[in-house]
Amino acid sequence: MTTAEKYVAAAYLVVFLAVLAYVFIIALKLVRLEREVAELTELAAKRADREQVPELTRVG
Amino acid sequence: MSAFGLMAASVVLIFFVVPDDADQGFSQRIFYFHVPIALTSYVCFGWGAWKALLHLWKRARGADLESYVAIHLGVIFGALTLLTGSIWAKISWGHWWVWSENQLVLFLVLFLFYCAYFMLRFSVEDGPARANLCAVYALFGVVLIPVSFLALRLAQHIIHPVVFTAHGPRVHGVMLLTFCVSLAAMLTLFATLYHVELAGKRLDSRLRELRELLA
Repeated sequence: MTTAEKYVAAAYLVVFLAVLAYVFIIALKLVRLEREVAELTELAAKRADREQVPELTRVG
Repeated sequence: MSAFGLMAASVVLIFFVVPDDADQGFSQRIFYFHVPIALTSYVCFGWGAWKALLHLWKRARGADLESYVAIHLGVIFGALTLLTGSIWAKISWGHWWVWSENQLVLFLVLFLFYCAYFMLRFSVEDGPARANLCAVYALFGVVLIPVSFLALRLAQHIIHPVVFTAHGPRVHGVMLLTFCVSLAAMLTLFATLYHVELAGKRLDSRLRELRELLA
């Protein structure tokens, strides 16, 4: 491998690694958002359960 | 997928189709990524400034966030321009950086100016005041783009190569095709990353609002 080939490979590797790092960071963020959605869904379900109990008592 | 396809096509063209440059030989292949990345960073900063203008002028909803995302990507593409340019400079000129080159120094100034945008953004509390300050700052920065672009063309004594002149491109045939494919790949990559990052930020903000409502 000549010196020029090494430098060209390094330049393309830099670009590739930057895009890879960006995609990795976005993937981590998506995982966090997915976890948050799950937490909020659980929270909303609990709240819906709590709000249903007095309504059933009133009807009964 | 289109960004990935174009990127793969440009890599194939660069390494298997395009011939060696008569002057610089194999190392000239950096040109096919370095210049499109630099042009894409100009597009990012320009797009960020346009969104900033829309925020100030029409009070467009979400324009501040769109401006921020475009500038964020512009800084990433700008850093890649400086890195790939330095590697190319080392092969061609024997130095990583040449301070006497206006084009290089002006691009560095543009890059540092937009790096400072984040210092401003994160030092002011979230709200309309921050959005206005950032929009004005982004608009000031856009003035540096034509200065940086024209510096190369107006300079008398330069060693930085000029490929696209007022008389047309100085590359032809398969070299020009490869350059166009690489530029399309970079612009598509920017569009893809812009939409992905923007969707993530919007989702993040809506989840925060929902959490506050449910708390």
